[in-house]
Amino acid sequence: MTYIAKPKLHHPGLVPNKVGFTHRDYEGSISTLCAGCGHDSISAALIQACYELDIEPYKVAKLSGIGCSSKTPDYFLGPAHGFNSVHGRMPSVLTGANLANRDLIYLGVSGDGDSASIGLGQFAHCVRRGVNMVYICENNGVYGLTKGQFSATADKGSRSKTAVNSDSPIDLVSLALVLGATFVARGFSGDKKQLVPLLKAAISHKGSAIIDVISPCVQFNNNPQSTKSYDFVREHNEAVNRIDFIEPKAPITADYDAGSTTMVQQHDGSYLKLSKLHEDYNPTDRASALAYIQHHHSKGEVLTGLLFVEEQTDDLHDALGTVAKPLNRLGEDALCPGSAKLADLNAEYR
Amino acid sequence: MSVTADGRTVPAPARRPGMAPTDVSNPNYFHKVVDCQWACPAHTPVPEYIRLIAEGKYSDAYMINWQSNVFPGVLGRTCDRPCEPACRRGRVEEEPVAICRLKRVAADSKDMANVAGRMPKPAEKQNGKRIALIGAGPASMTVARDLLPLGYHVTIYDQDPFAGGMMRTQIPKFRLPETVLDEECNYILDLKPETKFGEKITSLKSLLAQNYDAIFVGCGAPRGRDLEIPGREEARANIHIGIDWLSSVSFGHTTSIGKRVVVLGGGNTAMDCCRTSRRLGGEKVDVVVRSGFEEMKASPWEKEDAMHEDIPIHNFLVPKEFKHVGGKLTGVVFEKVKAERDAKGRRNLVPTGEPDVLFECDDVLVAVGQENAFPWIERDVGIEFDKWDMPVVDQVTMQSTNPKVFFGGDAAFGPKNIIWAVAHGHEAAVSIDLLCNGEDVKVRPSPLVNLTSQKMGIHEWSYDNDVSLDLRFKVPHAPKELTLKDVSMEVELGFNRELGFKEAQRCLNCDVETVFAENLCIECDACADICPVDCITFTPNDPEPVLRTHLQAPAANLSQDLYVSHDLKTNRVMVKDEDVCVHCGLCAERCPTGAWDMKKFYLETAKAGSCHK
Repeated sequence: MTYIAKPKLHHPGLVPNKVGFTHRDYEGSISTLCAGCGHDSISAALIQACYELDIEPYKVAKLSGIGCSSKTPDYFLGPAHGFNSVHGRMPSVLTGANLANRDLIYLGVSGDGDSASIGLGQFAHCVRRGVNMVYICENNGVYGLTKGQFSATADKGSRSKTAVNSDSPIDLVSLALVLGATFVARGFSGDKKQLVPLLKAAISHKGSAIIDVISPCVQFNNNPQSTKSYDFVREHNEAVNRIDFIEPKAPITADYDAGSTTMVQQHDGSYLKLSKLHEDYNPTDRASALAYIQHHHSKGEVLTGLLFVEEQTDDLHDALGTVAKPLNRLGEDALCPGSAKLADLNAEYR
Repeated sequence: MSVTADGRTVPAPARRPGMAPTDVSNPNYFHKVVDCQWACPAHTPVPEYIRLIAEGKYSDAYMINWQSNVFPGVLGRTCDRPCEPACRRGRVEEEPVAICRLKRVAADSKDMANVAGRMPKPAEKQNGKRIALIGAGPASMTVARDLLPLGYHVTIYDQDPFAGGMMRTQIPKFRLPETVLDEECNYILDLKPETKFGEKITSLKSLLAQNYDAIFVGCGAPRGRDLEIPGREEARANIHIGIDWLSSVSFGHTTSIGKRVVVLGGGNTAMDCCRTSRRLGGEKVDVVVRSGFEEMKASPWEKEDAMHEDIPIHNFLVPKEFKHVGGKLTGVVFEKVKAERDAKGRRNLVPTGEPDVLFECDDVLVAVGQENAFPWIERDVGIEFDKWDMPVVDQVTMQSTNPKVFFGGDAAFGPKNIIWAVAHGHEAAVSIDLLCNGEDVKVRPSPLVNLTSQKMGIHEWSYDNDVSLDLRFKVPHAPKELTLKDVSMEVELGFNRELGFKEAQRCLNCDVETVFAENLCIECDACADICPVDCITFTPNDPEPVLRTHLQAPAANLSQDLYVSHDLKTNRVMVKDEDVCVHCGLCAERCPTGAWDMKKFYLETAKAGSCHK
């Protein structure tokens, strides 16, 4: 790990965004992860995405579980809210926080161990409830903090330095599709040009946005026979589309070709312009997307890009009819409406 | 196969016409990254001595300086500091490192006995070659220092009775104490040159007749320019030529001046004149300059020091006439002008039409420039003179058209400064040594270059890579009430050791170079992500003007190079903009494969003697 603080000196030509911050203002403390960890690139992509979206850091809540990935919220958006929860329990803590205050942007940061093993149940339920969040799984296929045992997302037959994985993998992307996620994507930590727009689209999506990010573990899972190494992912990466995030109210040029481009409007007025790289791929059809992913996975390819998106969705708050105002800003009269109201409520159940 | 920016895999395309990979084996590449050393005419290894100061190794820091610039104590007070405007710190923060004043810390804090013991000794054996040096200023003294230990018989001529040249006669003692100059001249005089001080050379021809193997002309630019305007002759008793007057003060011949003084000129000599006047009885001293304040030739810090001593600087005033009553000077009349650009974009000073201005005064000091003058060089001794009546001198070898005669310092290309004189002296000494060994003076010996990894452990470097955020420290001054009363009391007190340490910590260690090995790179982006100044980008290659626009941060400073790697696995290249790299080494710390390393670049220019080592 690095012992010195990252120097505050910065490039004199940095341009502040609409809320007056440069990308350096979105940094956190210096990473304690191994040098070359893919997770650090994901942190850098999150910094870039939040900078480009003009987000004020205090309007973000970062929540995580346990593992290398779950340490990373310390390394970006220092001034944001944060909660480092119990192993695999990030989704329920996040769900609670979200119900209490829907004004924040929720970034759930987890890893393949945290999400696909101990937290698999939690993962499933927050997805099917449609909690408005960005769920980022930093997926390296191993337990890095305990010296590199295979995790549940490791491909069958993938090799580490010392072992071969014999178990079938859990594909979080397919699982999320089955569970009703309304935004499903896969990225690669080594390709920020793809990842940053995916994160921006996910942050502006209403509902559970699941991004599985293949993030090589340089220390334990970057050997030539691993299917989660930099070289393997680069060689087998199949991007289905290229995404351009168009901010709300930004002018939309009409000259896009409907045959090669899909425009998706989100609830906040932003557009996702998807340029097709796979002619026959339809990211708005859940069933065909699922089949397509399975098909390509069986060929040993890693499908990336925005794999599925649903326009104009509802989230958990819509389903529960909760109050729009954050609970901590409700006055006593709203929180304790008095015995007459209680009597009315009780009467409803008699 | 390769991967496109959007993640597709496609067959590897033919190599794009982009920038060629950087050749880091050419010493100039990394030398240029060390902005201060590159900018120093003598190429002093600045970051190396600054680190030694931070470590408290003042004597070592002094010797590094002494090897390169011969007069560290003098230059630490008086250098024109071309290194400071070049300093990278000035591009990432408000002000450059106070390099010059750190040099003084090394000189002031060194262990005298230690340094004396490390000085070269007089040559044990003479090589039989005789060299004559004309003038005992910084250029000649440098030639003497470089040649004496090699066994040359060196004779130094000077019209004054002491060594030092303009360092002694023109720089006031309140900027440069005599003890400092004496010490550093003595290191050279201890090498036992033959000195003919107080002997003015009046004929080069007769000197050539003495069959020296080489003659070096380092006589400076000794003639102060005069100002021929009405009243000059009549009032001459109170109109003085700046450098002559300073010299007269230096030797104690002049000890007073009138209460009201006007100094004409905007260069460093004018600043020395006005400040000296304040100490010799000048109560109301005004500097009057033709040009604007910004265009003045004086260094900004010298203007500041003058103004601090209650000396106003008046700009855009052209002297028109000296007023006098019966030969007694009463004032100077000036015409008001303004700067205007003509049709060709040239800047001209044109009269504003406003009424003239009179500055009443008792004395005038004229410091409007200096000229070279070689009345003692006969025009038939094989030395060609150009249309400005200046000798034709080779910029690299310092050789004139007479192969045995070399020039250096102000005598070579007109008035410059001490550090240039020293640089000329080194080069001339190399040339003389080559000539006397029967070699071609145009084939220059290579510098000594070293590139050494600074890695000690996984995250341990043999230099302090934690960048200090302190702003430039101010050099303390002695109180004005005292300094204005004594013409030889030094104004600047210099940094003490504690301040010197803190200022030294501001140095970014630009000589600890980021060196990239593409065969080890796995393109994980860790270096690009961690870089605090956004100087690393992995990108498809392009021609330089295009590449400069699509890096992580646009590379707008064209004077700074791009470090471009060979093609990487993904057919991209690593491009590093050297411009604002703070050499923190985080790229190397976060690199999992050691593709980045921090290597210390050390360059020492070739000195006389390296052709036959």
